[in-house]
Amino acid sequence: MLTLSGVCKRYPTGDRALSDIELSLPRGQITALIGPSGAGKSTLIRCINRLVEPTSGSIRLDDTELTRLSGRELRRARRAMAMIFQEYALVDRLSVMENVLSGRLGHVGFWRSFLRRYPAKDVTEAFRLLERVGLSHALDKRADALSGGQRQRVGIARALVQSPQLLLIDEPTASLDPKTSRQIMRLIRELCAERRLAAIINIHDVALARQFADRVVGLRAGRIVFDGKPDELSAEILTTIYGEEDWDTQADHERDAPSKSKTQSHPALMSPISALAALSTGSTR
Amino acid sequence: MNREQLADQAFTREALASTGRWRRLPFIADPKVRWAMGIGAAVYLALALASIEVNWERVAEGMSRALNFLGAFTQPDFLSRRDDIIDGILESLTMTLTSTVIGVALAIPVGLGAARNIAPLPIYLVCRSIITVSRTFQEIIIAILFVVMFGFGPLAGVITLAFATIGFMAKLLAEDIEDLDWRQVEAIRATGASWWQTMNHAVQPQVMARLIGLSMYRLDINFRESAVIGIVGAGGIGATLNTSMSRYEYDTSAAILLIIIAVVLLCEYGSSHVRRWTQ
Repeated sequence: MLTLSGVCKRYPTGDRALSDIELSLPRGQITALIGPSGAGKSTLIRCINRLVEPTSGSIRLDDTELTRLSGRELRRARRAMAMIFQEYALVDRLSVMENVLSGRLGHVGFWRSFLRRYPAKDVTEAFRLLERVGLSHALDKRADALSGGQRQRVGIARALVQSPQLLLIDEPTASLDPKTSRQIMRLIRELCAERRLAAIINIHDVALARQFADRVVGLRAGRIVFDGKPDELSAEILTTIYGEEDWDTQADHERDAPSKSKTQSHPALMSPISALAALSTGSTR
Repeated sequence: MNREQLADQAFTREALASTGRWRRLPFIADPKVRWAMGIGAAVYLALALASIEVNWERVAEGMSRALNFLGAFTQPDFLSRRDDIIDGILESLTMTLTSTVIGVALAIPVGLGAARNIAPLPIYLVCRSIITVSRTFQEIIIAILFVVMFGFGPLAGVITLAFATIGFMAKLLAEDIEDLDWRQVEAIRATGASWWQTMNHAVQPQVMARLIGLSMYRLDINFRESAVIGIVGAGGIGATLNTSMSRYEYDTSAAILLIIIAVVLLCEYGSSHVRRWTQ
């Protein structure tokens, strides 16, 4: 559905952020994009919806060549690609409902949005999504009155009210605690399954990537160095992506005694995933 | 200092710090330059103070007049020129409100255009030069120009104050827009919103509170300025004040000044109230 070929991005400063990216996403697949800070993950997903202009290459969504669009056509294309942000990027001084409805901006005219007179079916859909993410009671609260996890739920509702085909997700859990992170990732997964959405998720946390993605793409210094199933991620591959590091810290952590209460309060941390959690919290940070 | 000396210094700082002796790095690294600049500034200040000529006889003479003037504050005369004062105050208030409304309305588009992060370069340059022109000249100079153009009276005053308001508000608004949280703007743009929708949904919510606060602040500046530009003939309470001064009716002048102080206090109180409410 989404095809990137030969995508390069060079910043005016001369930094080469992306080189020759070839990537193809089928409908309904969740792809995790992992890699060290500065590898170009954010740049890559911002090139897709053209918040950043790619220097060369082609990006096609179904039959539309995205790199050549401008003005009205670009806005029309952006409606089909919703974005979820690190640190939520809600408009703090607007209410929760206004934030969710802002996902419809590409569909309504200026005066309607200026006067906040959205069509009834948009409002119904926005409210249904707020219910779905468990925040229907907060519709008139100001966005900055919510907690981190709640804000990210509003961010998700805002993205979905766009009725997109593709979700571009930039570090959705970077500022959330481990439990909330898992809840958010699970919610994203469920919603993608319900609506058969493709998603690209930038993520630092390798454990979360393995737990929730169908496919993992590793990016290093602007190049794709790994593309495969989550369970193919071995210590060697992590070394190719991130550089030399002792990836197998599981034993140390077990010996350092994870206290009982902690394991109980985070059920997601138990099971095989605990090893991966240790991997991400212990070594990559 | 060359690189080796700096490296040496860093090394000794580490050695000192390891034994618990540590001072903040000085703002100017080279001690010679540091002392030279300090002593230079002190000498210049001393010379500058010495160059002021004071005619003490004239000061002594003026003191008694100043005392007269201050004495008038104990018996301000609100009544003998009552009608003039009321007319002047009403005229000033009208000028203040009209000029603030016009000025802010014009400052918003100029401010949007002068914010480098949302305006294209040609528009940015045009809007910045409007701001520069408006801020270069003090209100009195502009008032003199407009009095020459439109004749004596409040019209010249209103145009002067509106013009000055544009520079002030547009500059501060543009700076506020340049500082805004860009992620919120990106998020709105990513939904497929148009430029105007982005302004309305991502920029306006972030700058509105400050815009209202600044408008209130400007309202009270404009009132104070309206008292000053009246002196050069641009209408308002300043004209009344000027007349009373030139007639040596200090008791009336005192009354007018007291009224100005009261109105400014009210504005101040009102604007801080409004700012708290919009936060």
